[in-house]
Amino acid sequence: MRWSLILGATLAGLALIAAALSWVWTPYDVTQMAIADKLKPPSAAHWLGTDHFGRDILSMIMVGARTSIAVAVVAVGIGMGIGVPLGLIAAANRGSWLDEIIMRGNDLVFAFPSLVIAILITAALGPSAVNAIIAIGIFNIPVFARVTRAGAMPLWTLDYIRAAEVAGKRATRISVEHILPNIANLLIVQGTIQFSLGILAEAGLSYVGLGAQPPTPSWGRMLAEAQTMVTLAPHVAIIPGLAIIITVLGLNLLGDGLRDALDPRLREGR
Amino acid sequence: MLRYALRQLISLGLSLLVASLLIFLVVELVPGDPATFMLGTGAQPDTIAALRQQLGLDLPLPVRYLHWLGGILQGDLGHSFTYKTPISQIMLDRMQVSLPLALMSLMLAILVAFPIGIHAAANRGKASDTAVMGVTQIGISLPNFWFAMLLVLVFAARLRWFPAGGFPGWSHPAAALKSLLLPAIALALPQAAILARVLRSALIETLDQDYIRTARAKGLTQGQALRRHALRNAMIPVLTIMGMQFSFLLAGAIIIENVFFLPGIGRLIFQAITQRDLIVVQSAVLVLVAAVILITFLVDLAYALVDPRLRRR
Amino acid sequence: MIRISDLSVSIHGRAVLHDVDLELAPGQVTGLVGESGSGKSMTALAIMGLLPRGAALSGQIELDGHNLTDLPEVEYCAIRGQRIGMIFQEPMSALNPLMTIGDQVAEALILRQDMPREKALEAARDRLDRVGLAAPRFPLTLYPHELSGGQRQRVAIAIAIAQRPDLLIADEPTTALDVTTQARILDLLVGLVRDEGMALLLITHDLAVVAGVADQVAVMQEGRIVEAAPARTLFQRQSHPYTRQLFAASRHQPPQVDHQATAPLLQVQDAVREYTLPRPAPLQPHPVLRAVDGVSLTIAEGESVGLIGESGCGKSTLTRAVLGLEPLQQGRVLLDGAEVRAGRAMPAEMRARMQVVFQDPFGSFDPRWRVERLVAEPFHLTGRPRNWRERVAEALAEVGIDPHAMRRYIHEFSGGQRQRIAIARALIIRPRLIVLDEAVSALDVRVRAQVLDLLARLRKDHGLAYLFISHDLSVVRQITDRVLIMDKGKVVESGLTSVVMATPRHPTTRRLIEATPQIPADWLPDQITDSSSPLGIGPATS
Repeated sequence: MRWSLILGATLAGLALIAAALSWVWTPYDVTQMAIADKLKPPSAAHWLGTDHFGRDILSMIMVGARTSIAVAVVAVGIGMGIGVPLGLIAAANRGSWLDEIIMRGNDLVFAFPSLVIAILITAALGPSAVNAIIAIGIFNIPVFARVTRAGAMPLWTLDYIRAAEVAGKRATRISVEHILPNIANLLIVQGTIQFSLGILAEAGLSYVGLGAQPPTPSWGRMLAEAQTMVTLAPHVAIIPGLAIIITVLGLNLLGDGLRDALDPRLREGR
Repeated sequence: MLRYALRQLISLGLSLLVASLLIFLVVELVPGDPATFMLGTGAQPDTIAALRQQLGLDLPLPVRYLHWLGGILQGDLGHSFTYKTPISQIMLDRMQVSLPLALMSLMLAILVAFPIGIHAAANRGKASDTAVMGVTQIGISLPNFWFAMLLVLVFAARLRWFPAGGFPGWSHPAAALKSLLLPAIALALPQAAILARVLRSALIETLDQDYIRTARAKGLTQGQALRRHALRNAMIPVLTIMGMQFSFLLAGAIIIENVFFLPGIGRLIFQAITQRDLIVVQSAVLVLVAAVILITFLVDLAYALVDPRLRRR
Repeated sequence: MIRISDLSVSIHGRAVLHDVDLELAPGQVTGLVGESGSGKSMTALAIMGLLPRGAALSGQIELDGHNLTDLPEVEYCAIRGQRIGMIFQEPMSALNPLMTIGDQVAEALILRQDMPREKALEAARDRLDRVGLAAPRFPLTLYPHELSGGQRQRVAIAIAIAQRPDLLIADEPTTALDVTTQARILDLLVGLVRDEGMALLLITHDLAVVAGVADQVAVMQEGRIVEAAPARTLFQRQSHPYTRQLFAASRHQPPQVDHQATAPLLQVQDAVREYTLPRPAPLQPHPVLRAVDGVSLTIAEGESVGLIGESGCGKSTLTRAVLGLEPLQQGRVLLDGAEVRAGRAMPAEMRARMQVVFQDPFGSFDPRWRVERLVAEPFHLTGRPRNWRERVAEALAEVGIDPHAMRRYIHEFSGGQRQRIAIARALIIRPRLIVLDEAVSALDVRVRAQVLDLLARLRKDHGLAYLFISHDLSVVRQITDRVLIMDKGKVVESGLTSVVMATPRHPTTRRLIEATPQIPADWLPDQITDSSSPLGIGPATS
């Protein structure tokens, strides 16, 4: 299954390169409107055509990639930064009241309809990319806490943890030295999955107008604006969707490939 | 079994209590005064103050929380400022769209996912497994609102088989079902892809268990071992996912409801937020959270039905 | 009845079986003996037609003259269960946890023999009665989790014999069980062979197990059968050098270490450890399990003490308390007169006087650390000296591991080597007591003999005291001065090892000794094996 790793890295890399390149160069200025050129199908001048304001879609896709990736990366960072320590603490104190509180809190966050709460949060704090990040990031916390705890629990029963305890090491130290490196592969895989979900969520939020605000281009808002003219110029609606699919698919394949590559059961024929 | 159910029930009640507090506090954070919003910015300050008093908005925060909670315990979700009707009535109306939509999507997802997941697990590593799993990868990556747009483009705009949006009400059952079908497909496809993948990996895990070897050693064929032993053991993770999906479909259809102009719960909350009808937001979200917690509880009970080891706890 | 000839199997191109010949006759027990990885289980799976993916097979497996190897899968399903039954090592996972035992026994009868359900359940009842799970106490409606390991293995046997097969293959059927349970399961299997005229292929790593039951024995090494003979003949005279090594290792006696009574090093006084269990019903009080119930023991400087008991007797809990990993409710543990307390309360300097070696050579090491870091981990207690790498090299050399292996990861080592590295880790801070928790139980017999030799030498060189925890009497007999027998949380008998073994007084001790499989005394070869060290290891001390 090496192909999924390679294909995934290529597709996700494509989005990453597009985003990075957009800082220094885009074919056209994304704020430049040219109503005369509106809704042009793909051509040599505009590879992916133009939208209803005559803006170059390729340029907008490139800058939109930047928004999507930035939102998703920071949201995953929030989820990992808070969720992983919580999961480690819960596992180190498994069965105690602390574990119970952390896991119940997790269940509770899971019980909230994430999209509704994200909308509520962005409504409370005002729509912006930063608030989209917070809304998505909050729901990443219990995911990472749960994965971390589930990965750490079986490790705590192993003899090398007993040996570390006999060597006088405390739970915090053991968590950092022994547990974390041994669940790193789980976290990397989950990270790519949450990354791809983050991109989907950001697209959804900006689609309903609660993500990045104009004039910052974003894939979700491009779709929302295209919706009314979908029968007139389908490419305006189809292209941003394809950009989302390619990026998300790339990340999912990458996660799958990493899972296989990092799984010790699949390594070295054991 | 009873003990198990009881324990789950107690934690269910506690979760709801904490959830209600959280919702109340978040909604309080939403800027904008409902009274001002209702009367318009040109209204006299003393008119606004009078309305605030009438709505109970001048009371201290804890008192308002307790009022709200007390009302809910008596089955009163409060009154909408904008709709001028009891919220329970609005919720009931909206549920008539959201619930059938969620059920339809879940059924569709199950119908698609089970054959695919079982087929892939039984043929793991073979070409058909790889192909089917590749397709599910794409399914997972699909933004459902975009997919919905394409469905509308093809089946509503071009072929005119289905309406592009709106909901005629259940007095016309055939038309109602027809108008829910495209949104249900748009919601179901990514969920089916997820479910198929979870089912496949759960099945593959159970197929590696010793008891499958025992079953094979007593003469069961590969297919019999899979159907009679692996499938039931794989149901626990699959049930979990199905519970989560149903919750997601119930509340998370907001965007799809927007695409298809369906008067569901999600759209209700969305509109209530923009109109600062905070009591609607508050109560509707709580009802949704309660539904999710209830579904989780039912899934937990289903575990116990599947797994005898949980029954005596 | 079953004749295997020239059977070779390779998996993904790697050969695992070479030209195996074996004949299994009705009413006969054939023991297939070998170390782990020798190809015993692969032989069994080949007969069952259940080889893993990627396996390629050549040669013949004939059942009543019909070759099975080219049989289509559909027809093979009719052979499995009906002609050949099989049970596996791990009874805890061999049964479907979601299905009643009655249904699991009856299932094949319904599916493969088209028996109506009622009749199949009747037959299942009969089979369960036969394996010793009789009617009122063991209804068909029980689920596997309601049974003990031994009982589950009986259900597995009932499933395997439900269709009265002609051949029963038992792959290490008792390895995961306690000795007393093992004895009963072996009795049951032999009884079935005699009553029903089945052939039994008994696969085991333990020579003593086959000695009691097998009519003929085949010895496997690296995918080959190196020697096969009637059991008695083989036990008296081995013709292949490998077989001789196996026999020598199983009788191997590590050098004795003289020990004079000195000051007490470890004292356990009236230790009690209880666990509260979940309530049986709402509002009833929590039942309490006394895992350790008033245990006292003393280990002197340089003394080796054995602690024996079956699973669940409380020896693991006691071990954790001694190591300061778990608190006691009553009583105390003294090390050099200072009290051992669980957790943070125990000073590092005190922990450093005590180290441990665990059973599982695979779970004992962090797979992501290099050997040097693994072995140096106990320096956390003493502070890492500047020359810590030299110290690690020294410790590794001492246990017979090339110090150049320091930079490697643990998966590059065999089970025996890992156990040596575990001993090096325990030695590195020069403790006075090493707790050996089933430290040789997972090792093959030849490797076990080497590690026991190593332990004896280290004890002599460093004046170490050992607390040797095991379920295996024969190992404890070889390496301890004194022994304690534990049962249901209490020490039921203690004394000099030689005395306790020769004249056990308590019924538990007697039961354990009787159940331990032994090679009959009159089967032993005329002369004790040749004097050259058959183990092919370092300096023999005696």
